[in-house]
Amino acid sequence: MPTRPTTRTRPATTSNGVGYHWNWGIFWEMSPEGTGTYLDMIVQGLRMTLITAALAWVIAFIVGSAIGVLRTLPGRMAPLAASAWIELFRNMPLLVQLFLWYFVFPEILPAAWGIWLKQLPAAAFLTAVIGIGFFMSARVAVQVASGIEALPQGQRAAATALGLTPAQTYRYVLLPMAYRIVLPPLTSELLNTVKNTSVALTIGLAELTARARAVQEFSFQVFEAFTAATLAYLVINLLATMAARWLEARVRVPGYGRA
Amino acid sequence: MSQFDFEIIHRSLSYLFFEGMRFTLTLTLLSALGGVILGTLLAMARMAGGPVLAACAAGYVNLVRPLPLVLVIFWFYFLVPYLGQWLTGASRPIHVGGFASALITFIVFEAAYFSEIMRAGIGSIPRGQAAAATALGLTYRQSMRYVILPQVFRIMLPVLLTQTIVLFQDTSLVYVLSITDFLGAASKIAQRDGRLVEMYSFAALVYFIMSFTASQGVRTLRARVAVPR
Repeated sequence: MPTRPTTRTRPATTSNGVGYHWNWGIFWEMSPEGTGTYLDMIVQGLRMTLITAALAWVIAFIVGSAIGVLRTLPGRMAPLAASAWIELFRNMPLLVQLFLWYFVFPEILPAAWGIWLKQLPAAAFLTAVIGIGFFMSARVAVQVASGIEALPQGQRAAATALGLTPAQTYRYVLLPMAYRIVLPPLTSELLNTVKNTSVALTIGLAELTARARAVQEFSFQVFEAFTAATLAYLVINLLATMAARWLEARVRVPGYGRA
Repeated sequence: MSQFDFEIIHRSLSYLFFEGMRFTLTLTLLSALGGVILGTLLAMARMAGGPVLAACAAGYVNLVRPLPLVLVIFWFYFLVPYLGQWLTGASRPIHVGGFASALITFIVFEAAYFSEIMRAGIGSIPRGQAAAATALGLTYRQSMRYVILPQVFRIMLPVLLTQTIVLFQDTSLVYVLSITDFLGAASKIAQRDGRLVEMYSFAALVYFIMSFTASQGVRTLRARVAVPR
């Protein structure tokens, strides 16, 4: 079990207490972990953030799409079940959800499974992927459902009139247009997934913010460490936004949607 | 697992709510208030300030929004003592308590999000209204105060409240500073008595009930305050 992250209350001052000592060269110094420089620590953290966020996004996208479709199905049970899912994952803080997965879930399983789960070497990583994935799935579901609802009623009716089954209607008619409509909000949900990965530092995941913290604890160069992490998040944001613009232009259906 | 122990929850109720939840709610309300005020100023700077002011406001919002809250919490935790030193001219970084540090962080962070909401709200008011206010001889300040903002707050109230519910959940992240908010209080008892299952389940339940009730309330309110068009 990871210990609660301790906060060093000692401000990063020099011994004479006048002000902060900047040292940007710190990133090229070897870290006490002995596996490379401080810059390597930041890069490892960045890599962990990206891998965790990517896998969590796969879960969020698949589960969220399924729940979003359920929400728009005719009848009462399916939309009700979808709403229950959405409300459940939207109304608890992500941090609390991660604690439930990490500390509570193994305890309510049969004892042998729980012990096996707790002894997995990548327990924090798996917990983060699943916890963040499900947390984000509720947000993706809301977007997908609103995309489907934004389509004219006639499209579903026309697909039915053509003899398509409900599954075919969603696969070939509704979802392709719905995803295009909600591409911009889905992009910001993807970026939220990246940002939310930082919450997993509380269960011991060595992601970007956690590694920046570690650099600070080893070297006391707090502002250099946080600046590096900040720049990394800004670059991720910029690249993802550009990729999304490109994708939007690429998949645009001529004469449809935002002109 | 051992038996679920309801007794431990019962015994810690007063600590959880009078210490923990009081901190959480105070932080939420003050941050929301400060965030809305600062966010409104940012939105106005961006929409009606000069080019330099507008660029500063836009740059600020675009800098803060891509960052995870956890990182911003750490930034301010270490930065605020130096800012305080700079502002007061003290000889060394000043000591700032956990509550003040968290409050400053949340106001500054949430202002970026509230400003986007206010910007959308101000943008949704027909331009003719501002023009009419100017034609009546109202200054910019007066037209915002008496004509535009009252409508914006009414239109955007449900969105502002929804963001406040998100903020309420986000305050749990002060955990990383070992502050005794609601989750921090639950966590302290959980670790002291080895009762993680009970305390975290109970904390999750409380957060769920409060957020769910509040969001249902917002839904009702949304229908009520809708401006007839």
